[in-house]
Amino acid sequence: MSLSLLPPEFKIVRDDERCIACQVCVRQCANDVHVYDPEDDWVYSDYSRCVGCHRCVTLCPTRAITCVRNPLDFRANANWAHQVITNLHKQAETGGILLSGMGCDQPQRIYFDHILLNASQVTNPSIDPLREPMELRTTIGRKPDRVEVHCEDGQVKLDTQLAPQLTLETPIMFSAMSYGSISYNACVSLARAAKQAGIVYNTGEGGLHSTLYEYGPWTIAQVASGRFGVHPEYLDVAVALEIKIGQGAKPGIGGHLPGEKVSADVSRTRMIPEGTDALSPAPHHDIYSIEDLRQLVYALKEATGYEKPVGVKVAAVHNIAPIASGIARAGADYIAIDGLRGGTGAAPTVIRNNVGIPIELAIASVDQRLRQEGIRNQVSLIAAGSIRNSGDVVKIIALGADAVYIGTAALVALGCHLCQKCYTGKCNWGIATQDPYLTKRLNPNIGSRRLVNLIRAWSLEIKEMLGGMGVNAIESLRGNRDHLRGVGLNEVELRSLGIKAAGQA
Amino acid sequence: MKRIYVNEEYCIACRLCEVHCLVQHSQSKKIIKAYKEEAPQLMPRLVFEEEGPLSFAMPCRHCVDAPCLDACITGAMRRDEDTEAVLCDEDRCVGCWMCVMACPFGAIQRNLKGTKAASKCDLCYGDEMPACVAHCPNEALVFEEREQ
Amino acid sequence: MRYVIIGNSAAAVGAIEAIRQYDSENPITVISDETHHVYSRPLVCHLLGELVDEDRMYYRPLDFYERYGVEPMLGVRATAIDTQEKKVSLAGGGAVSYDRLLLAVGGKPFVPPVEGIDLDGVFTFTKWEDAQKIDRHIKDHDVQTTLIVGGGLIGMKAVKALMARGLHLTLVELADRILSISFDHTASKLAESILRRAGAEVITGTTVKEIVGKEGRVDHAVLQDGEMVDCDLVIFGIGVRPNLDLILPEPEKRTGIKVNQGILVDAHMQTSVPDVYAAGDCVETYDMILEVERPIAIWPHATRQGHVAGCNMAGIEKTYEGGFPMNSEDIAGMPTIAVGLTDPQEHQDEYEILERYDRGALTYKRLVLHRNRLVGAICVGDIDRAGIYTGLIRDRVDVSPFKDHLLSGSFGLISLPKEYRKHMVVGEGIVV
Repeated sequence: MSLSLLPPEFKIVRDDERCIACQVCVRQCANDVHVYDPEDDWVYSDYSRCVGCHRCVTLCPTRAITCVRNPLDFRANANWAHQVITNLHKQAETGGILLSGMGCDQPQRIYFDHILLNASQVTNPSIDPLREPMELRTTIGRKPDRVEVHCEDGQVKLDTQLAPQLTLETPIMFSAMSYGSISYNACVSLARAAKQAGIVYNTGEGGLHSTLYEYGPWTIAQVASGRFGVHPEYLDVAVALEIKIGQGAKPGIGGHLPGEKVSADVSRTRMIPEGTDALSPAPHHDIYSIEDLRQLVYALKEATGYEKPVGVKVAAVHNIAPIASGIARAGADYIAIDGLRGGTGAAPTVIRNNVGIPIELAIASVDQRLRQEGIRNQVSLIAAGSIRNSGDVVKIIALGADAVYIGTAALVALGCHLCQKCYTGKCNWGIATQDPYLTKRLNPNIGSRRLVNLIRAWSLEIKEMLGGMGVNAIESLRGNRDHLRGVGLNEVELRSLGIKAAGQA
Repeated sequence: MKRIYVNEEYCIACRLCEVHCLVQHSQSKKIIKAYKEEAPQLMPRLVFEEEGPLSFAMPCRHCVDAPCLDACITGAMRRDEDTEAVLCDEDRCVGCWMCVMACPFGAIQRNLKGTKAASKCDLCYGDEMPACVAHCPNEALVFEEREQ
Repeated sequence: MRYVIIGNSAAAVGAIEAIRQYDSENPITVISDETHHVYSRPLVCHLLGELVDEDRMYYRPLDFYERYGVEPMLGVRATAIDTQEKKVSLAGGGAVSYDRLLLAVGGKPFVPPVEGIDLDGVFTFTKWEDAQKIDRHIKDHDVQTTLIVGGGLIGMKAVKALMARGLHLTLVELADRILSISFDHTASKLAESILRRAGAEVITGTTVKEIVGKEGRVDHAVLQDGEMVDCDLVIFGIGVRPNLDLILPEPEKRTGIKVNQGILVDAHMQTSVPDVYAAGDCVETYDMILEVERPIAIWPHATRQGHVAGCNMAGIEKTYEGGFPMNSEDIAGMPTIAVGLTDPQEHQDEYEILERYDRGALTYKRLVLHRNRLVGAICVGDIDRAGIYTGLIRDRVDVSPFKDHLLSGSFGLISLPKEYRKHMVVGEGIVV
């Protein structure tokens, strides 16, 4: 067995004057980094296994530990960066695909950070969200081409039959994260928080655990290519359905849950044998054309009596605009687009970092295209793929989205520190694991509370920004590119986004 | 009467409850000083149990009909009038361990390295929130009133 | 309404505190032939051994009587009870009327009719006064060697006291092993070896035939087999019997209170005479394990019985479910606990014994099961959390799901089934 060339990524720095050898770090590290030596009555650390999750740092009662990037210097080389070299060593040792958890971590251009918002001054007044009503409520679903009404007893009554709608108290939803990739406690936290905040969460491709059926009115049931856990009751309890064609982190390939994470409970929920890898095929094997997609959309609508919106989730790729147009015409009620920087439990690193396009460009082009074709009202657009804060939410809505999906942000709210080791099943925060020792660490009472706090905080911030722009309803912001200006972007980018440059009136 | 209850589902076996209980009952009440200078005479008053992924730390239940109160031969074990907690006066305790024998929860321990007396939870002497509950990182320990 | 309690120990305090929980007005009178403020009899050996000072002897603070509205008549002996007139006669004249009476008169030490027991230097060992007398004798006559008759729990207490004083001692026990009632054979032998290692001489299978004096004071004792034991002090610690002086002889004629080995009481601790209650070492208790009525003279039972009696005396119905023997005693520094039926002699095939004996560490645990229920436990050395066994015995829990874990070092509540854990804790302390 030859020597591994991989140096430790992180270094544990322990202040021995503060360390009281209480061994909390020893007990809490799922990677056995810290060891207690009873002979010398002290704790030392083998940090070659440290993944930088900060569990020990957070729980240490005397703050004796910190975790730093291993200060190992390579000779300066702008081309062959440290990470590139390490990846080569890893592949030489394993001969396998390099896997990663979470979204693209490379310095791709983040268009959000180059877009600025407007505020009202002098020419039209800003609105104070504490004093005047601010409408964040959003409805997801197909909107009719025209609306017919009549008057009755001085009241306006609607004649037109509306397609089924999904109502959200705020334009933020929890993105699809399957039970299996995340723990049961994480699912419960998301479900409860969705209910409390008046939004929805998405089951992902793991099916729905039977104890969560009570949260059905706040659940979107996903039908993915593996069709895991798809059965009539699953479709009935949910408030909306979603066909997953692709996801932003790994466009073009299917989902992958390693066998270690397929526990008895996961196997029951997914309807697959325990311990087997859950591999979702790349395409749905019954969808090889847009007509096939239409067929599945309507099959689901038939199966649920046309009472729920049926959406389609795709990854943002180069020809996302015609794809979206096709999906709209296929009868979908909404299209969820997941951009390049979207998260995942496990994806090949090279695909995660290199395939797809950023969500900002995707939404902008889809919104523009659908308007041009005069069918924008036929679908709602949901943007996903690294929405990091309320500023991103406002910007992407202004670029054309109806609402956003948050995945990574929600997990970070639950405690994730983005160590990117989700695929090992050893998530120290109890989120991306099925290990019963670890899943206990996520108390759904605390988890749901934190998620509700996040949604509330962002909603308040969105209201502040809207008020600043002189807008009092999120609907007025949708696609309203004039509220945005680009900075540090070239002509082509500005045109793709459909926005002016900062400085232009 | 408020008591400490344990949710064994959420106990993560970190044992921070024991750490903070010990500090709360130290002289200095400062964690580093207590551990470096006062331990091992100090003992946490919760009893921690672990088997596989299941774990919990349980302090004295301050029972309504406490067997330890019956068993104590010195009168060191008394019910506090204000808090209704069952308290052990460690200065009067002679270490006969009748209470250890009587407590069906095994919640009373022998402090052999320190006071040589019986050691058990005192609900942090009427503090608003016992130290263990305040510092449990996963809210496995709660301090509340429940119907009997 | 006047409550009168004869006796001033555990049962009396239990009763006083129970009465005052429900009745803060009506007077309570306590009559005791001892002059001390309520004190702990089990601590008498600690006092003799100079392990506690006088202040720590008191079972309740010195203002106890005042705070609980009790009129103490200390140093006053009750001589007779007139259950018709509801009066208690006192020595030296005088009487106290009662509406409700509690007999909490405790036990009397049993002394066999051995020649020489009247010599100076022969003592029993139950009361504070005894400790004072023995202490004086030790100091006055520079006692070096002592003899303890009785290798039971009282004998062990005497051993503790005298060892603490640095005196040489010989222990004589009639049965073939010491602690033959609380311990099994292995535990007894272990205890004997611990005592010998601590410098005591232990002689079993015999007892004292006669005590020989010189100039009116103890000089030596002669055992049944003729062996001579040098001693300046003899302590009889054979056992206690319920104190029935106020009732016997002729219980029907004197008071009408029915007795057997002890005073007979119902589940409310009331005797056969209405408004007369009894509790503590003087009564017969329902033994939950053997399912018979017999005296079980244990401090926790006395307190609890006093509490139950007090409640009923104050008009609040409470029942006493019964008890079983339980003792915690340290033998030459080695802690031991024995609970329940530890060494069944009859129907032995119905019992299952689990044992763990660590000869190196000198720890021993023995569990006695009857039809998958724990009925007895002995712990020598390793006594931590032994109360869990007590709880399992009392609640008659079926231990078969976790029988294999009972003796393991990590045995605890976690080994018990979820439902029992949940049920056991007041108000669901462990939320499942």
